[in-house]
Amino acid sequence: MKFGVVVFPGSNCDRDMIETLKNDLNQEVITLWHKDDDLSMFTTDDCIVLPGGFSYGDYLRCGAIARFSPMMQSVIEFANKGGKVFGVCNGFQILCEAGLLPGALLRNAHMQFACKNVFLKTEDGEQVYKIPIAHGEGRYYADQQTLDELEKNKQVLYYYTNEKGEVTTEANPNGSLRNIAGICNANRNVFGMMPHPERACSDLLGNNDGREIFNALFFSKVPELV
Amino acid sequence: MDTTVETAAQLGLTAGEFEKIKEILNRTPNFAELAAYSVMWSEHCSYKNSIKWLKTLPREGGKLLVKAGEENAGLADIGDGLGVVFKIESHNHPSAIEPFQGAATGVGGIHRDIFTMGARPIAALNSLRFGNLKDQKTQHLLSGVVHGIGHYGNCFGVPTVGGEVYFEDCYHTNPLVNAMSVGVVEAGKTVSATAWGEGNPVFIVGSATGKDGIGGASFASADITEESAQDLPSVQVGDPFQEKKLLEACLEVIPTGALVGMQDMGAAGIICSTAETSAKGGVGMVINLDKVPKRQQNMKAWELLLSESQERMLLIVQKGREKEVIGVFEKWDLPCSEIGEVTNDGLLKFYMNGELEAELPAESMVLGGGAPVYDREYHEPKYFEKISSFDPAAVPVPTDLKNVAEQVVSIPNIANKRWIYRQYDSMVGTVNASTNEPSDAAVVLVKGTTKGLAVTTDCNSRYVYADPQVGCMIAVSEAARNIVCSGGTPLGVTNCLNFGNPYDPEVYYQFVHAIKGMGEACRKFDTPVTGGNVSFYNQNPDGAVYPTPTIGMVGLLEDVQNKMTLDFKKPGDFIYLVGEVTDDLGSSEYLNKICNVKFSPAPLFNLEDEFRLQSSVKHLIQEGLIESAHDISEGGLFITLFESAAWNNLGFEIDVDIPVRKDAFWFGESQSRVVVSATYQQSAQLEAVLNSSGLPWVRIGKVTDGEIFIDNDSWGNIESWKHRYDTAIEKHLNHYLPE
Repeated sequence: MKFGVVVFPGSNCDRDMIETLKNDLNQEVITLWHKDDDLSMFTTDDCIVLPGGFSYGDYLRCGAIARFSPMMQSVIEFANKGGKVFGVCNGFQILCEAGLLPGALLRNAHMQFACKNVFLKTEDGEQVYKIPIAHGEGRYYADQQTLDELEKNKQVLYYYTNEKGEVTTEANPNGSLRNIAGICNANRNVFGMMPHPERACSDLLGNNDGREIFNALFFSKVPELV
Repeated sequence: MDTTVETAAQLGLTAGEFEKIKEILNRTPNFAELAAYSVMWSEHCSYKNSIKWLKTLPREGGKLLVKAGEENAGLADIGDGLGVVFKIESHNHPSAIEPFQGAATGVGGIHRDIFTMGARPIAALNSLRFGNLKDQKTQHLLSGVVHGIGHYGNCFGVPTVGGEVYFEDCYHTNPLVNAMSVGVVEAGKTVSATAWGEGNPVFIVGSATGKDGIGGASFASADITEESAQDLPSVQVGDPFQEKKLLEACLEVIPTGALVGMQDMGAAGIICSTAETSAKGGVGMVINLDKVPKRQQNMKAWELLLSESQERMLLIVQKGREKEVIGVFEKWDLPCSEIGEVTNDGLLKFYMNGELEAELPAESMVLGGGAPVYDREYHEPKYFEKISSFDPAAVPVPTDLKNVAEQVVSIPNIANKRWIYRQYDSMVGTVNASTNEPSDAAVVLVKGTTKGLAVTTDCNSRYVYADPQVGCMIAVSEAARNIVCSGGTPLGVTNCLNFGNPYDPEVYYQFVHAIKGMGEACRKFDTPVTGGNVSFYNQNPDGAVYPTPTIGMVGLLEDVQNKMTLDFKKPGDFIYLVGEVTDDLGSSEYLNKICNVKFSPAPLFNLEDEFRLQSSVKHLIQEGLIESAHDISEGGLFITLFESAAWNNLGFEIDVDIPVRKDAFWFGESQSRVVVSATYQQSAQLEAVLNSSGLPWVRIGKVTDGEIFIDNDSWGNIESWKHRYDTAIEKHLNHYLPE
């Protein structure tokens, strides 16, 4: 498979994502420009990534303008055909704005930007991952029915937990409902999460837990360290 | 409109300066021309009251690729065909009035200085000073400044990797906000802030020009009074999204080779950027102000010349290659307007509606050209008497040291700054190697190489207040020590000189002696001063701030995998104190904040001892003889041990009998000391190397699994100490939400 990383004006984790995929995870990556709309080089086995940042300056609402860009129209079409789409941070916000994922990301409950390592766990998994967050609007919100459905269908990818893997209020860095850190759609081909796994794939950064996140989402095994 | 000496005075120019302008022009200037001189000859742009002394600093040599002052920021060689570009700058006055925008635009301005040279910023730092944290005004300023720095830096997408924050009463009205940016550029691919070639077109790119920040440079060159809030239009408004696009577009336009020169518009906007590039290239320019994109109607010529609207650049382009440049800015949806062309008569001519609004010789306006240079008077400050009369015998040695230690970890200058730094994106860019493994300086990766940069800002201004010369030597030394303790070799310095009113002879004494100390220390460590910024007038009717010559220093790690960290690694490791143990209490946090002694000498310091210490620490790291290194600074030995232990939830057991005052032993801040830890296996060789170094050293104890034992008494578990340390600042601020 290969990856396409979309660059919007104001994206600022695009280079991190591209470098991590290429250099740390040894993947083929194509950079995509928001004004273009051609995804003909991708098949539904491939993945389009919407990186973090402040697309269009977060004006109006995070992700609200990016969803109207020409490239996003193609990404929506690609997702509806079953192609994989992965949004991190601002990318997650764009996916919600575009209607590819349910719910919305609201301003953090404590009203401040928060950058730190947090701990994540899947519903059934044992392992606790240490992954950084960096956002001011990451409080996941959806109505009760949607939340129930997400959990019933196992669409919640990750919960915020403490170091021991317990889902607690103290471990929730932004007030997300039910400690939700990331979700996927019902077809399991569109993924969004607020934490940044691309910031945790390197010995030099002192954290390799992000490799396991990429593995769980896209690969059959954890990529070798390169 | 004709001008008079009164008009000049209103613009902040002296009668003598007004005469000089008339002489240069051979006529009386009109208002626009006089306003242009007033900003160009303000301290902020001309360094008129400081340049004489700044020239005594070591400004070339080492690995510098450009001399100080030649370009917008310093440039040093880091090998592999790369250079590091770095600079620190103040935004004190705007932040005092409007903390959010003041701090935000400070961040934006310093990053522009870096990418205007063609470098991509990879790390940001900031050095902040506020009044008493218990004070509501301080809480408001701190909250606004931190929010502003985060707002701009996070969106712009450069990680904030380090910095410092101090709280002292003298900063109550005059907070200091110093921002530093560090970038990387391919050697030989930098862009110069110059203009040449008659007929080459001049472009303005980026945001439209409005009335914000008019006279900001002059505003920054006056004392702050109650009325300063009325100067609000002097504060600029920032748009980090626009700057992010400007960064990408500028870095994309450079490889086209179509540029002659590029200069960011910071202080004094269009007039400053046209004057500086023209003067540097020995040319002039004809500018049509009608063509400048405006965000407001009916702007006058002088307003357009002086506006400090943010996120703008001046580009000088080779004639015939305009399309390549315009194409890049169109791609990024940024306005790009041709506003004039280069001439060969050395004159700046500004036209509007067909009328010549101002005609100024470029050279006459700039530093090194016609801008005035003053030699100010100075004499020893009166308060020095109080400092020299300090008698340590009058300070009783406390009996309950544990209680004192608990107070010391809670002093805001010492306590955990997480309420602040967690509002900054410290990890964007995936270069911050200190997030999960902290060092005394922040270590960032140089992508595409094995190298790393160690970056830090340092200045304990209380030391500088007590002894400007020694205090400033300590600031340089501490910065170098932090870099050495992180495994780096210091490369160069950028300075941000925050002082009071230079017309006050006592303030100027502080300035002159701080520069002397800085020069001496920088020569010793072979770290030339590449540039920076002078901020005078950090003063209000109650007096001046502590003299605060903030040192920004950059160091190089050839192989970033060899970085050294500050945290103890495992229970059982030996702990060593390298450097001399003394009775010194001078200017310590303990003495100042716990004992309430406001006047005492600077800590003991000897530059030769410091140099030997740093050479030894470097050697220990290279030989792989230590597990951690952390220098002793604010709070003394106890705080150093606590910080090294806290990261991995370890403790320490210290049992040593050294015949000095117990309070000085634990909390004294005498300089040139480092705490290192080593495994049992390393210890024999480590001790042998220390013996041969000639440095005083002592093995003071062992790392434990969490308990702190002092002289066989348990002081409790690290967890409870961490709680105290972590929450001391935020308990004053948790009610404080961004507006």
